[in-house]
Amino acid sequence: MNAPAETLLRTPLHALHVALGARIVPFAGYEMPVQYDGIISEHTHTRTHAGLFDVSHMGQVALIGPDAAAALESLVPGDIAGLKPGRQRYTMFTNPRGGMLDDLMVTNAGDRLLLVINAACKADDIAHMTAAIGARCTVEPMPGRALIAVQGPEAAQAIARLAPGVETLGFMTAGAFTIGGARAWFSRSGYTGEDGFEISIDNRDAERVARLILDQPEVKPIGLGARDSLRLEAGLCLYGHDIDQNTTPMEADLAWTIGKRRREQGGFPGADVILRQLRNGPPKKRVGILPEGRAPAREQTEITDAQGRRIGTVTSGGYGPTLGGPLAMGYVETAHSAVGTPVNLVVRGTPRPGRIVALPFVPHRYKKG
Amino acid sequence: MSELKYTNEHEWIRVDGDTATVGISPYAQEQLGDVVFVELPEIGKAVEKGKEAAVVESVKAASEVYAPVSGEVIAVNDALTKDPALVNRSPTGDGWFLKLRLKDKGELAGLMDEAAYQKFVQGLK
Repeated sequence: MNAPAETLLRTPLHALHVALGARIVPFAGYEMPVQYDGIISEHTHTRTHAGLFDVSHMGQVALIGPDAAAALESLVPGDIAGLKPGRQRYTMFTNPRGGMLDDLMVTNAGDRLLLVINAACKADDIAHMTAAIGARCTVEPMPGRALIAVQGPEAAQAIARLAPGVETLGFMTAGAFTIGGARAWFSRSGYTGEDGFEISIDNRDAERVARLILDQPEVKPIGLGARDSLRLEAGLCLYGHDIDQNTTPMEADLAWTIGKRRREQGGFPGADVILRQLRNGPPKKRVGILPEGRAPAREQTEITDAQGRRIGTVTSGGYGPTLGGPLAMGYVETAHSAVGTPVNLVVRGTPRPGRIVALPFVPHRYKKG
Repeated sequence: MSELKYTNEHEWIRVDGDTATVGISPYAQEQLGDVVFVELPEIGKAVEKGKEAAVVESVKAASEVYAPVSGEVIAVNDALTKDPALVNRSPTGDGWFLKLRLKDKGELAGLMDEAAYQKFVQGLK
């Protein structure tokens, strides 16, 4: 159930969304723009030019102190101690069963670690960090900062015009630059599979700078609807759907996020489960599924084998505007997870054929350093 | 051609003798957004007033299209299979879903006319 309207929060860009004619929906406790012109046109604009996304609902947290990296490593399997200044990494908070409490981005900002966590998880994540590592470092939520993503093949030229120097950042690196007279923190990363930036900026500067970015000819505002179709085509996980407390990083095909030292040393919640799965393989695996025909297979769609036996479940499914057809992600028993394996998707009671495909559905076009 | 009648689930129906054409309203297509898939019933299927007759899917979600009245499906709009966005471009014209042979014309009495439906939609905004 969605919370009643009066309890919903607003981002610093709320007035801008309304002025731009967005359709506003409740999402993770916030009033958020789901679309402006239409999901397909916004999606296509992002893949061909550049789109601006308000992701200020996401949590931003600083971890401060000399022990911050080692402390965070006690909660995540990523190599944080080895993260050099100006570098960013994707990791996840794990639980003792090896499941995931949230996924997050961590940046070494020199004197602190900057974390971006999911909106729906942020209160729990902050409580978790405060309880577990609050004595080892300062856990400092940053509600005074907005987060603006600019994504697409023309994002760099548009943003470099306003913030000269950002073009020197490579994928998954970050730094401070000035945009519209405001000092902001830029990382070259995102959630679309395209090149682009995420810009952390003081709430008081957010609307003015967002308008400045939207004044660039390449850039249009993009809602949550296209954000979801873009990330699904890019094969990226959505927390609470494709990954959750009952899926491990191995099952989610996120083994690449766990470096050699952490594999050898463990020392994160659920390490016994996760490292055993790393050696022996997980019982189920996240895969891409391409339905034949035109019918989308939505989240919770049952996946069966040729004999009609249930082998898994769709966790994200819909229509890919760039792909030009339906697409899905889900979990299947490992024995059925090889690329090319035929499966059935049971849509409204009817099994419809599909096959396991490699992710992503649409190739990533990141700016490699 | 008679005028359109509407349901409170945002289907329209246009009656022509003992047959009728069914689709979804301009308001419905706008709320759905880009339509990417339409599932139409088999010809000859008996549909019941208020029960599912077809499915329409946007990028975000799947929604049922309910039969405004009971009847037998005598035609479906195959053009929607190739070009589902016809529903967005022409919801009350080329974007029709199906044609029915009416079972009971008396069922039409409970439907809204254009003015009543516009008032109903205004109340939802």
